[in-house]
Amino acid sequence: MNRAALTSRLAAFARSSLFWPVTVLVAMLLGNVIFTHGFLAIHVRQGHLYGSLIDILLFGAPLILVALGMTIVIATGGIDLSVGATVAISGALACYLISKGHGLFVAIGVAVVASLLLGAWNGLLVTRLGIQPIIATLILMVAGRGVAQLITGGQIITINDQDYKLIGGGYWLGLPFAIILVAIALGVTVALTRRTALGMLLESVGGNAEASRLVGIRAAGLIVLAYAFCGLCAGIAGLMISSNTLSADGNHAGLWIELDAILAVVLGGTALTGGRFSLAGTVVGALIIQTLDTTIYTAGIPPRTTLVFEAVVVTIVCLLQSPAFRAKVMRRRRRRAKEPAPATSKQEVTA
Amino acid sequence: MSDVLSGVVARGRPLAPRRRHVPVLVTLGLFLGAFLVGAVRYPNFGTAQVFLDLFIDNGFLIVVAVGMTFVILTGGIDLSVGSVVALSGMLCAIGTMKLHLPAPAVIPLVLAFGTLFGAGMGYMIHVFQVQPFIATLAGMFLARGLCLTLSENQISIDDSFFDALALNSLHLPGGTHLSYGAVTALAVFAIAAFVLQWTRTGRNVYAVGGNEQSALLMGLPVGRTKIQVYAISGFCSALGGVLFALYTLSGDPTHAIGMELDAIAAVVIGGTVLTGGSGYLVGSILGVLVLGVIKTILSFEGTLSSWWTRIAIGVLLFGFIALQRLINARHRAAAAST
Amino acid sequence: MTAPVLEMDGISKGFPGVQALDDVAFRLFPGEVHALMGENGAGKSTLIKVLTGVYEADAGTVAIDGRGTVIHGPLHAQRLGISTVYQEVNLCPNLSVAENVFIGRQPRRLGRIDWAEINRRAAELLARLDLDLDVTAQLGTYSLAVQQLVAIVRAVDLNAKVLILDEPTSSLDRGEVGRLFAVMRRLKDDGVAILFVSHFLEQIYEVCDRVTVLRNGRLVGEYPIGELTRFDLVAKMTGQELASLEELEEATPEAVQGERLFTLEGVGRAGAIDPVDLDLRAGEVVGFAGLLGSGRSELARLIFGADHADSGRIRTDEGPVSIRTPRAAIDRGVAFCPEDRKGDGLIMDLTVAENIVLALQAARGWLRPLSQRRRDELVDEYVKALRIQPPNPDMPVRNLSGGNQQKVLLARWLITRPRLLILDEPTRGIDIGAKTEIQKLVVSLAADGIGVVFISAELEEVLRISHKVEVLRDRRLVAELRNDGSLTPERILQTIANGDADT
Repeated sequence: MNRAALTSRLAAFARSSLFWPVTVLVAMLLGNVIFTHGFLAIHVRQGHLYGSLIDILLFGAPLILVALGMTIVIATGGIDLSVGATVAISGALACYLISKGHGLFVAIGVAVVASLLLGAWNGLLVTRLGIQPIIATLILMVAGRGVAQLITGGQIITINDQDYKLIGGGYWLGLPFAIILVAIALGVTVALTRRTALGMLLESVGGNAEASRLVGIRAAGLIVLAYAFCGLCAGIAGLMISSNTLSADGNHAGLWIELDAILAVVLGGTALTGGRFSLAGTVVGALIIQTLDTTIYTAGIPPRTTLVFEAVVVTIVCLLQSPAFRAKVMRRRRRRAKEPAPATSKQEVTA
Repeated sequence: MSDVLSGVVARGRPLAPRRRHVPVLVTLGLFLGAFLVGAVRYPNFGTAQVFLDLFIDNGFLIVVAVGMTFVILTGGIDLSVGSVVALSGMLCAIGTMKLHLPAPAVIPLVLAFGTLFGAGMGYMIHVFQVQPFIATLAGMFLARGLCLTLSENQISIDDSFFDALALNSLHLPGGTHLSYGAVTALAVFAIAAFVLQWTRTGRNVYAVGGNEQSALLMGLPVGRTKIQVYAISGFCSALGGVLFALYTLSGDPTHAIGMELDAIAAVVIGGTVLTGGSGYLVGSILGVLVLGVIKTILSFEGTLSSWWTRIAIGVLLFGFIALQRLINARHRAAAAST
Repeated sequence: MTAPVLEMDGISKGFPGVQALDDVAFRLFPGEVHALMGENGAGKSTLIKVLTGVYEADAGTVAIDGRGTVIHGPLHAQRLGISTVYQEVNLCPNLSVAENVFIGRQPRRLGRIDWAEINRRAAELLARLDLDLDVTAQLGTYSLAVQQLVAIVRAVDLNAKVLILDEPTSSLDRGEVGRLFAVMRRLKDDGVAILFVSHFLEQIYEVCDRVTVLRNGRLVGEYPIGELTRFDLVAKMTGQELASLEELEEATPEAVQGERLFTLEGVGRAGAIDPVDLDLRAGEVVGFAGLLGSGRSELARLIFGADHADSGRIRTDEGPVSIRTPRAAIDRGVAFCPEDRKGDGLIMDLTVAENIVLALQAARGWLRPLSQRRRDELVDEYVKALRIQPPNPDMPVRNLSGGNQQKVLLARWLITRPRLLILDEPTRGIDIGAKTEIQKLVVSLAADGIGVVFISAELEEVLRISHKVEVLRDRRLVAELRNDGSLTPERILQTIANGDADT
């Protein structure tokens, strides 16, 4: 690639919405490299890979998965607050069935189908009953947690199926299986959205619902599909989480994961209002959150301060993404220049 | 001519409920119905004290729901309330137990802190156009994080002022009593209801929630109003935190997890629409009481476990929202045909 | 001769790429109803925004009661006595009628809002205008017509000297219009100056004293209504008097006898367009002519299924068909380029290529994506054919100029190979070169056997390419004129002005 092409590629990247998230992530990784000895090191033990970088990917796997599903829903202009409940229900169902003697595949199958149905339920509330997504999914968020607790009887179900452990805690070809699963999920999502026309149609619906209607797009089916997909992702993440500890905790599994997932999507540059979405951005966003957690842990900072750092990072990225904030900062720098003040006031009048 | 006629008809039937009052009346009906079910089923349920206990046990939620109502009336949302409650309680505990400051000095400082915290989020939302969901989510993380940083474990409060308030109560006729926390909650409700109905600030809240663009063109102080409601919510969360610390006599980083959901559920069940502009404070209070009576019934039942509360709340939420959609749809169809 | 309450002089206002107002003068006297007229792009709405302080003029002066001022914003304008009632009535539907009148300045007693006083005064104000409403009822329970009157009451109570009514009658039926006019006459008697912006000819003549006409950002003139015939007014608005018959090529499209595609029988929609009978044939270009607001777009939307028809039927040769959604229309080979390119047409987030293939892709469904190669082929073909600039298919469509955005929209529909193509103001806001390209394109499409509905406010354009012209006025189809060589812009104007085909 010659210099001109390289510069233009870099310029395009700088202007893209991916710029700030990637920069922040790289900065955090660099900070780690500088301050933590052996951060980049990867060891091999018993044929398995270990290291800080692997840890970030492994612990972040469930979040990346949930965030992928969330991205699709947000692209349609919606949101899904119930993924945490779905995570809990999925793990609870699988462990419950296994503990009652059913086979592994039956248990996983039921959990997956249930997650799909829960997602579809959300989609139907939004399209058929016309309920705002935030409220529609709030219902399942509250009731679903209760259902998960009902299944586990308020206790933690523990099981002993080593095959089940593979999903979240096992290894395959040297890598943690969870990472492979996420990579497959990412591949499938990319194929589903970019290799078919689904991605473009979803962006159209989220970007301008009326224009999409006038083009003949039937949004209802697509929206239900989006929510069902989100439910599915949450369900698989739930299996990952519960298999890691070979147990299902209806009270705590997936608690607040929806908020982290929404944050990951927003950090990655996808707008909450819908339209253009970026799967890569979401992955970067989820990695930022996970790297932050890992950084705090390896730096020996008490983990209880994690939330404060997350809040600060989120605030910074949101401000950087806010045109109003950037305008204010720019205006302060340009006060010296002789620029005429814009005559048009900000108040838009639809006359 | 038809609206003039309907105006005359409306005035000729002063006792018929207005359409906009229907949701609150439904909530009231629901509360009375649930209370009746409990009274019929359990012998000790149908007493005045059990009714007053609802206020004693849920006083802090009432205060938080009041603040949340202000925010939701403007079409926003505040996810940080639970965390601010916990942080405020923790600040009370640390102020009195670790810094040995007198409680009457600590409490106003905590309230001021909550108000500023809320105003900060309001500023981000209005001036920098960050969406309320995200801004208050960051606030939630920050408050919870600060709380955890201050102390990872519970701190018991053994302060004379707190003890005096917690161990004494207001004695009412008939041998019943009401805690000072509950009294505070009722006072907050009264003041807030006054503000919303009888002051320009309160009316501006409704206007901004009804149509922000119109409010701007009519010359109303939209920005100031938006920041104000988040500041009020911050104040209410802080006060709720103080009341919660009074109720539990401790500060604990795991307090009030998920309280924001309870507050939002109470507000929605109380008939306030999440898009803003319509709703009554009394509805939110009734919403809290409905949640409270469900919990009370379950505790009387003894055998049913706590997760049924969640499921019940979820079903209730669904019912109310579906009802709201139905009322809206019928209203719009009627308006279109005139 | 009383002094004008409002005097604007030499007002100019420009935006990147367009001079919205150019040295415009305007006077308003107390106690008169003054119409402001002009087609789209004439500068009416910009003038009003300057008057209400939303925009600051680049040049010129504004004087109120003889004193020069600079208006800083809507609130300032309000305090100076200039109040505006907009088409979408900027009040709060969730508050009561009385509260809407007094919000922000509610009278207080002992520190609390005096509701009794508010209700009493509101009822009084409404009664003075002969309105009897339940002032404690929510504003939203009343029709738009009533809400408008409440907005006027609020403006009047704010001591408005100048009341601007921006397209107030667009959503009103005849009875409601009558009531509005009665209120306006009352206010006139009280000395209020009313600026009435509308495109309904008959209403202008019914209630206004004087009229100012703008065209392309310039002042055409200021006339007492009694001295201006309808024909003259329409001619001044559309600029037909300046019509260079030079540009009118003598090419009249040949008569066509293509197969009938669709027949509309009594198709109409309440509040949008009265029932219409219309034949649409293959290879035939049907022009819709009429002023803004005459129902042209509304009729087009009914044909496309974008709106539901209340009455009538659409038939094909196979029998009656139901076209109630865009999907149904598209499946029958209908395509539609809406008037509002940005709001209803393009998806701003997406690239040029994506916008172009969108309709085709939507018809195929998401499971059958166009291969990248096929997509590139198609996009390149149309980018070249329509000369879309810059020829970069991966550019976000929001970065293109208006003319090129329109071409993208056209390309989108042409790709679907429709049988009937409906174009709503496709050449508005586009330079002459692109305009001619699009007109030539329409002619060649018709020659290929595609039926076209062509909506435009520019009559020469309509005449140049249409086989027949449907004339619409005040939401009614008033005439169908065959373009047989003897049809002139003047005759169309007459029809618009008089409401019938007789000259």
